[in-house]
Amino acid sequence: MEKYLYIALFAPIVGSLFAALFGDRPKNLITGIATSALLFASWVASLVLLMYVDGDTIVHVRMMDWIAAGSFNIDFGFIVDQVSAIMMVTVTTVSMLVHIYSIGYMEHDKGFNRYFSYLSAFVFSMMVLVMSDNFLGLFIGWEGVGLCSWLLISHWYHKPDVTPDINPAISPAWAANEAFVMNRIADLGMLLGIFLIYWNLGSLEYSIVFANIGTLSTGTITWIGILLFIGAMGKSAQFPLHTWLANAMEGPTPVSALIHAATMVTAGVYLIVRSHEIYALIPNVGYFIACLGAFVAIFAASMALVNMELKRIIAYSTLSQLGYMFVAAGLGAYWIALFHLMAHAFFKSVLFLGAGNVMHAMDDERNINKMGGLSKVMPWTMGIMVVASTALAGIWPLAGFFSKDKILETAFAEHNYFLWVMLWIGAGLTAYYSFRLIMMVFFGKKNYGDEKNPHEAYPYVLATMIPLAILAVIAGFFEHSFMTYVTEVLPEYYPHVSTFTFIVLVIITMGIALGGIALAVVKFSKGNFDDFFKKLGVFNLLSNQYYIPKFYEEKICKPYAALSHFAWKKLDMKVVDATVDFIAGVIYASGDKARKMQNGNLSSYLKWMVFGLIVMLLLAVFKIGM
Amino acid sequence: MITLTHYLVLSAILFTIGMVGVIRRKNLLLLFFSTEILLNSVNIGFVAVANYYNDLTGQMFAFFIIAVAASEVAVGLGLLILWYRKNGTIDLDSMQKLKG
Repeated sequence: MEKYLYIALFAPIVGSLFAALFGDRPKNLITGIATSALLFASWVASLVLLMYVDGDTIVHVRMMDWIAAGSFNIDFGFIVDQVSAIMMVTVTTVSMLVHIYSIGYMEHDKGFNRYFSYLSAFVFSMMVLVMSDNFLGLFIGWEGVGLCSWLLISHWYHKPDVTPDINPAISPAWAANEAFVMNRIADLGMLLGIFLIYWNLGSLEYSIVFANIGTLSTGTITWIGILLFIGAMGKSAQFPLHTWLANAMEGPTPVSALIHAATMVTAGVYLIVRSHEIYALIPNVGYFIACLGAFVAIFAASMALVNMELKRIIAYSTLSQLGYMFVAAGLGAYWIALFHLMAHAFFKSVLFLGAGNVMHAMDDERNINKMGGLSKVMPWTMGIMVVASTALAGIWPLAGFFSKDKILETAFAEHNYFLWVMLWIGAGLTAYYSFRLIMMVFFGKKNYGDEKNPHEAYPYVLATMIPLAILAVIAGFFEHSFMTYVTEVLPEYYPHVSTFTFIVLVIITMGIALGGIALAVVKFSKGNFDDFFKKLGVFNLLSNQYYIPKFYEEKICKPYAALSHFAWKKLDMKVVDATVDFIAGVIYASGDKARKMQNGNLSSYLKWMVFGLIVMLLLAVFKIGM
Repeated sequence: MITLTHYLVLSAILFTIGMVGVIRRKNLLLLFFSTEILLNSVNIGFVAVANYYNDLTGQMFAFFIIAVAASEVAVGLGLLILWYRKNGTIDLDSMQKLKG
């Protein structure tokens, strides 16, 4: 089985390096095909491992020693247990389809080869992240996905740099840097958490750490939990580190589908699920995670209500769904979090790919006000997106219903009625904004000029979306087998509510979801309903993202820039540079003066030699005299 | 009675004479002479101290220095003759070819 593990892990990096060979050449289709083929190999290997792993049989390899310094010893070790197998299959399925989709989407792009190299490198990093058997390997993958995300968001780095004042037209380069910096802040927290684990337990391997975590004091475990969660907050874009995700939409759409919806942003949830033995000991931190998750679920959904940008709406929806996952993870229902992660990966990636089709057809137009009536020209895309949106809204029998409903049920069963109400409202908002998007893009009257000539995507591009759409439909039916599979590793959890309560809950939840859909469909078929929010007076607040980006800009970025300017002009130039320059000047001047000694006359050299001898003798005598 | 001090004073006087010669003289041949005086002043010091301590090491060093000085003079005079044939002078001030 080790063979399959290595294929699953290393096939993407081989593809990446192969595509990199063509990095400076014009577009070559072979890079797209080779990377997709290797991803297919990785996918097959992941499936084999998924079938193989069960009960006590897990695959665990130590590839080689990595760092051995004194008592510090880390192996390059990889583990495939039930949790990593699920993650591997989810990641490779979405990545493979996104690779093939990208061949069509990036067809006319100059950076075609470079793009595929980065995309495969991302998959490799993600596989390292989910397969590592220790926290340090996870951290390497964590940084790797961050780097690839930066490279891919800034794929169109040549676009001009516009300040975010003219939101949403920011440049990809700016967005990439923002994402990187935000993640760096969070990674510091995570790194400190890892240090704390090593400091106290002397090892970073999951099995050793989890076996001994109980020996630590509650205070230490709480700190570890908080610091690791700070890392998860950055990667999964939770409040207050959430602003980067919406701006990351400046990258190519398949990148948004793969990285900023299905895989990388869920790494934070994976970290919490993976460290469940730590969080099981600190329910207070778990409760905080759940509260923050519920807050983000409703907070992000509210921003999606009035946004005009196709991709940003879906990005806020991703944020909101990540909040749901954190609620489940925080309340101890780890398998439900993982289940929602998987279901979300399928329907959200296909939603993004559909948005990609629309943008491609509309010459990269992203404002949904300038679309409308596209269902006639893009029936397949419309169908797939409606299915994905229905799944997202949580309508029976699609995947989102099973996973999201379980989270609501968990909140109810844990008697966190406040969380439940928030999630319940969130479910309604989700349904509303999903179908607002569908209505404004595909139905209603045509709002684009005649110079645009929208067309349906290529058949093979649509063909890559269909498997994801099918998974978005049927994934929910695997709920039971999924639960028995992953609870081999994760704690068993089942929300205990009576059948009657369960049915009532389902009806109430479905009710608000269907209500949201109905509201959106009815109101938008009559025209634009956004005026309602304008009348409420919250439109500007919501469309400006609660002024949080502005707040960060004014209260953090600008003072920081001023501080940096001060440090540069005053500290660096006047103190550090001046000191260094002074030393150099003294040495230079003394050298310049001393040069006169070297006049080429042997006689005067001898005199200097004698002079030096006398000086040294005097020094010796003086020293002895002391 | 001639004590160690007398020898060391003699050694110091000879060393000073040699040193002044090295500094003052412009003739390369005389520079060699001065160097010999320097070396032999040190030899006197060595031998005297060796005798004082009844330790043969100092005398061995004196012989060693004599041998080195002889070879040095042999090589040095050879170079000096070559220089004289080439330039017709052995004045130190004429040797400034390496001056930048």
